[in-house]
Amino acid sequence: MNFNGTFTQVIDELVQRVMPSLVIVRGHRFGAGAGIVWDVNGLILTNNHVVGRRTPIVILQNDREYESRLLARDPDVDLALLSIDATDLTPLQPASVSPRVGEMVFAFGHPWGQRNTVTRGIVSALVSAQNRRGDTLPVVRSDTPLAPGNSGGPLVNAKGEVVGINAMIIGGDQSVSIAASVARDFVNKVLANQKVDEHQRQRTPEDVI
Amino acid sequence: MSNNVLVELSDALADAAEKAGNATVLVNARRRMPASGMIYASDLILTADHIVEREEGIKVILADGAEVSARVAGRDSGSDLAVLKLERSVETVAEATKSPARLGQIALVLGRPSPNGIEASLGTVSAIGGPIQTGRGGMLARYIRTDSISYPGFSGGPLVAADGTVLGVNTSGLANGAAVTIPADIAWRIADTLAKHGRIQRGYLGIRSQTVEIPAASQKALKREQGTGLLIVGVENDSPASKGGLIVGDILVAVAGVPVLHHDELFTRLDGDVVGKSTPIDVLRGGQPQTINVVVGER
Repeated sequence: MNFNGTFTQVIDELVQRVMPSLVIVRGHRFGAGAGIVWDVNGLILTNNHVVGRRTPIVILQNDREYESRLLARDPDVDLALLSIDATDLTPLQPASVSPRVGEMVFAFGHPWGQRNTVTRGIVSALVSAQNRRGDTLPVVRSDTPLAPGNSGGPLVNAKGEVVGINAMIIGGDQSVSIAASVARDFVNKVLANQKVDEHQRQRTPEDVI
Repeated sequence: MSNNVLVELSDALADAAEKAGNATVLVNARRRMPASGMIYASDLILTADHIVEREEGIKVILADGAEVSARVAGRDSGSDLAVLKLERSVETVAEATKSPARLGQIALVLGRPSPNGIEASLGTVSAIGGPIQTGRGGMLARYIRTDSISYPGFSGGPLVAADGTVLGVNTSGLANGAAVTIPADIAWRIADTLAKHGRIQRGYLGIRSQTVEIPAASQKALKREQGTGLLIVGVENDSPASKGGLIVGDILVAVAGVPVLHHDELFTRLDGDVVGKSTPIDVLRGGQPQTINVVVGER
């Protein structure tokens, strides 16, 4: 078996497949974080803490910059959903099952402003973090090196599916990612509320800004 | 992209973590956070000595979450290993590797410092060295180092090969807090002794020595190529060495037939089974080989 060749090849394939879905989320005053293309029509998922007071600029892999709309943000799960006026984007799929300890993961982001960086690790532990409200939140801890600028970016498995949203701000010495199930629930809730919104022509005060 | 080598490797690593993780336990034997251990025999846990701060009231939590009481069956601070006896037998026993760690090999570091599940990090075997003095009065014939992260509470847990077999026992207690791994063959041998006798005996001769070169003529008389030996520069009164007849000026070249080239090797030769036994010590006296029997004492 030409292990060396095939191994390099599959990692290259993985990177090629995930990278188009990685965006830069840039605030108006402070530094930038990462974000994930969540659907073809411009939904962008990122960390709440990446989004400042004003809606951020989203920069795609083709360098096009978009003013975003903030659809929802929730500091308790540290997630925010943005929308940009773009179509035909390449979204990532969340993994349907939770990851296993020991499986390989790859973090995509822009640590310390270094664009489009990939770091490798394994899932170290599946644990619960407590948020300010005292609710527990499933998180994926990994030995993947993360740095500021990775926030909001995807942690993907060997198949290129999202297993977490990198959010090192929650953790201590280890890399911490918000479990993909939390992200999926968050997005689904926002979209469901939006449908109610459109129907009733009124806003849900807590979730929509 | 369903099955490619990356997915296969990833699955294999998760399988290895699961297999070895089932035999990796939480050991609560100190006041601060618990550490790890592994099921070494159906009712025995192998762990790091330094995480065992009490002899009784030790709690072990298994992979299935069951809590089992344990007591110390044997411990050895010199090698930082301890064996705990479980109140009841368990099923999953850790499997020691049959092929020792190799430089560059990928390996998982596992621990169970919390009851919420197994924890892991990945690295490669970055150094295999030894013998070294452990700083706890022991001598480790061989050790493994990896570039993986050792999270708090990982001491006593296994270093695991990609096939899920155990390469060694991890501890931060031997090298000033840095993580080192005691190779499985050594750890298992020490554990056997600890399970049987409760402690490791360390031999004592009562000599002071320094490494010297052996002249070519003496090597010829020895009938082997041995570049160095230990020149005896002092013999303590009433010591095993003095009773056996070793004298200042002898060059010690072998213990129980195994050549000794350096001081560190003398330590490893005097560990364990030679203690209390009449043991042939080969010396060069006046350039000529002689064998002197010494009943090795205990330190």
